[in-house]
Amino acid sequence: MELAIGIILGCCALGAGMAMIAGIGPGIGEGNAVAKACEAIGRQPESRSAVTTTMLMGCAVAETTGLYALVIAILLIFLAPGRLVNILVETMNTLG
Amino acid sequence: MKKRKYSAKFKAVDAFLIACMILPILFGIMLYVMFTPESSGIEISGARIYFTLNTPVQPLPITESQVNSWIVIISVFFLCLYLTHGLSATNPTKRQHIVEWALEQTKKLVSDNMGEFFDEFAPFVAAIMMLSAFSSLITLVGLYPPTSDLNVVGGWALLVFVLITYYKFKCGAVHYLKSFAEPVAFLTPLNVISEFATPVSMAFRHYGNILSGSVISVLVAASLQELSKIIFGKLPGFLGSIPFLQIGLPAVLSIYFDVFSGLLQAFIFAMLTMLYISSGFPEEDYKAKLLKKSAVKANT
Repeated sequence: MELAIGIILGCCALGAGMAMIAGIGPGIGEGNAVAKACEAIGRQPESRSAVTTTMLMGCAVAETTGLYALVIAILLIFLAPGRLVNILVETMNTLG
Repeated sequence: MKKRKYSAKFKAVDAFLIACMILPILFGIMLYVMFTPESSGIEISGARIYFTLNTPVQPLPITESQVNSWIVIISVFFLCLYLTHGLSATNPTKRQHIVEWALEQTKKLVSDNMGEFFDEFAPFVAAIMMLSAFSSLITLVGLYPPTSDLNVVGGWALLVFVLITYYKFKCGAVHYLKSFAEPVAFLTPLNVISEFATPVSMAFRHYGNILSGSVISVLVAASLQELSKIIFGKLPGFLGSIPFLQIGLPAVLSIYFDVFSGLLQAFIFAMLTMLYISSGFPEEDYKAKLLKKSAVKANT
């Protein structure tokens, strides 16, 4: 029983950590966007405000996949262990 | 321009409006203090349930995020009343200049991004932006931000989704259904999925940003507490119990996560609202339809 609960907790933590690997993607994407925005401002300094707003918008949209991973990680850390342990205890009780 | 003199009645109304702005926040802090159990460590938890209403269908929990968003609504309402109190065309007050500047900026933003057909959308966009911004900024007084609850932001995203669908329906149901089969017919399932992904991604984006900020702040604060316990724990007397490292550093993080991130997400939410609504609306076809209608009327 203790071993099973331990495996559940450990695997939930491992899964949360693995889910956050998705943070690499938005990081690279946003870096590219900001680099290009810097180039654009360097070429045309007068279009600074328009470029900045567009860049922020694009960054926010690119961030979405990272945030999906974050939501899954949060669910795995705060919600999943309690639920899985409850299910385990119930099945153990019904089995006797 | 002569200096404007305020009468006693004007000042009294001003004081009343300011009190109505601040009192709900104090009420929220009081509720928070009353319902928070005493705990030693720093913990990460969702919204607390203040009380549960027994409705015939199912019990309805009134949570912290709900109460806090009502507080924000009341405060912003009285803030607007305060700012627009005593408008005059010949002798404007300081706050009137602020209001006029904000109004002009909002109108410019909406007409730049949505086109002239949607000019009357400025109040709606401004309302969403204000509500979102102040909901995130309420963390500065120590209350739970309603935007870090998925239910609140999901409600807003659902409202935006209804508006998007309404404007897509402007050309009739057939046109709306046909728009899913574009550009090629076999892409229909993908189009349907992306239609429903719009509100989901909007809600998750806003909620995830605010929640991740608060989680990281709490983690940093907790780790600094432990670290200062290790480093300064050997000091004699009460000096050992003061978490020196916790002074200052979390405030810098708070400026980024609470103020900058909150305002940026409010702006992005309003921006995406405008873009989705205006891009979903088939303006050319609608104009053609109106022309056809007027031509038919002229013939008969």
